[in-house]
Amino acid sequence: MSKLTPVLSAHWDEADSFTIEAYTRHGGYTASKKALAMDPDAVIQLVKDSGLRGRGGAGFPTGMKWGFIPQGDNKDHYLVVNADESEPGTCKDTPLLMANPHVLIEGCIIACHAIRAERAFIYIRGEVTHVVRRVNAAIADAYKAGHLGNGIDVTLHIGAGAYICGEETALLDSLEGFRGQPRLRPPFPAIAGLYARPTVVNNVESISSVPAIISNGAEWYQSMGTEKSKGATLYSLSGHVNNPGQFEAPLGITLREILDLAGGIRNGHKLKFWTPGGSSTPLFTDAHLDIPLDYEGVSAAGSMLGTKALQIFDETTCVVRAVLRWTEFYKHESCGKCTPCREGTWWLVQILRDLENGTGTEADLEKLLDLCDNIMGRSFCALGDGATSPITSSIRYFRDEYIAHVTHGACPFDPVKSTLFVGAVN
Amino acid sequence: MAADQRLNQEVMQSIIKRYPRSRSAIMPLLHYVQSISGYVTNDGIELISELLEIETAEVSAVATFYTQYKRKPVGEYHVGVCTNTLCAVMGGDAIFAALKEHLDIENDGVTADGKVSLEHIECNAACDYAPVVMANWEFYDNQTVESAKSLVDGARSGNPPAPTRGPNRLVTYKEASAVLAGLDDGLAREGVQAGGPTLLGLKLSKEGK
Repeated sequence: MSKLTPVLSAHWDEADSFTIEAYTRHGGYTASKKALAMDPDAVIQLVKDSGLRGRGGAGFPTGMKWGFIPQGDNKDHYLVVNADESEPGTCKDTPLLMANPHVLIEGCIIACHAIRAERAFIYIRGEVTHVVRRVNAAIADAYKAGHLGNGIDVTLHIGAGAYICGEETALLDSLEGFRGQPRLRPPFPAIAGLYARPTVVNNVESISSVPAIISNGAEWYQSMGTEKSKGATLYSLSGHVNNPGQFEAPLGITLREILDLAGGIRNGHKLKFWTPGGSSTPLFTDAHLDIPLDYEGVSAAGSMLGTKALQIFDETTCVVRAVLRWTEFYKHESCGKCTPCREGTWWLVQILRDLENGTGTEADLEKLLDLCDNIMGRSFCALGDGATSPITSSIRYFRDEYIAHVTHGACPFDPVKSTLFVGAVN
Repeated sequence: MAADQRLNQEVMQSIIKRYPRSRSAIMPLLHYVQSISGYVTNDGIELISELLEIETAEVSAVATFYTQYKRKPVGEYHVGVCTNTLCAVMGGDAIFAALKEHLDIENDGVTADGKVSLEHIECNAACDYAPVVMANWEFYDNQTVESAKSLVDGARSGNPPAPTRGPNRLVTYKEASAVLAGLDDGLAREGVQAGGPTLLGLKLSKEGK
């Protein structure tokens, strides 16, 4: 029996999978019909019972989040879908929306009904033109078919290139027409979110998982996964592997199992380090191949499941170069609101550049760790925290490699060897 | 009053009407200005400030925060090479260096003919297709130095190859910006629904693996 459980991805291999015709052919929009006939609280309870947790990184129980929305308060409520997929390594929501945007729209209808919202916004990143076309067309087709417009509206909002807008309160500020900068909490979005109204912010994959849960029931969903991490999810494998791609599997599968399916590390090479859930999650090494990839398993091993973005690097990759590049990313994307993150990421880059080009010293490593300590937990949002993850974890596992740069006076690696077209270049 | 008569206020009002509060329309309006002018012009900022009844400084503050808004013209084909860690390591750095040399421009530069501009970009959510190059924010997957050079050469001669996962032809920067303003260009049904890596897990499961 296959270790994989395609639910979201079940019909992606049909050429018209993104159309309303294809979605309806496979039973699309029957779950929303069923949910709309249910009491909203019963829908929330069903999602709670399923054990579905947020697939955007934090893993917060989706049904519980919905339950935080105050009821009978005579205020507008909003659902906001976070489709600002930008965490390095993360590449699941984008192909999902390209292949089947209707499952997200149906999920929006169900979620809006549950939280008594009349309007959902889908905030999609702006750097994916064709995905924007597909989602916009799907919304238009859902209106034409009468699935939208009868008490529930969906509006597409398109971003403009800012990683920080994946942070839910920065996303809300951006959607209100401001610079995307995180807000101080409390109040949480459930109390004062979009336009200071009760708001649920959920990831694309979380909302897209809801229609199947409504159709098949909480028990079915519970039958997949591990004790505390229920259901199936998209694992995105990338990097130095023979066959990268999307693998929808029950939570708790291991990297070793996924690598076996994917034909392993690229031929003639071996695993050096990897991220379990994007660049903000501490690095793992070949010692972590059998860690169950669920929320608890990854956390117990010192990292985070995050977005299940498995970026694989083999022994040709310089870990200092990799970490420097991620750090430059965090520096560039820091919104500038909080001093520890804005200034801290700038200094991290300066020190790492010296270390990478061989002009650093061993004492720089302690300075880096000290800086990380002063960034961690000291800002409104987790961007700065995420910036420290690759640094502290790489020093933990590869201190000798940092030292080698110092003693060698240069990077000891040949970057050509880690490219995919190394054969063609030589 | 704004001088640029090409900015269609009816279209802009229709964008504003999408939202319960007008200020939320600022981002699609900025994309719209880029679809007409190729970048965010001062005229565009002034008109948005008038329509939304906010200060021009507030519009500028938003326009300068987001990297997709350009304050000077980019090329008809704006090419972004992913140089975030994974793409960089797998070839993105080599591709970016080769394109700079090939086009004889630096990061954020535009070729003298105005056809191609180049920037290094951050992760574009296509890591299973690395190294990734974007042109007008359409996907060019699994790129090599040679394929990226052919892309920009094609763009300069007015005949760029079609995106890997996108419409049957590469639209211009202005046309793409209109899509990002939420305007329909009728191309949603063109192109593949998914590439090979997206379908790998599904394929393996059907093979019982």
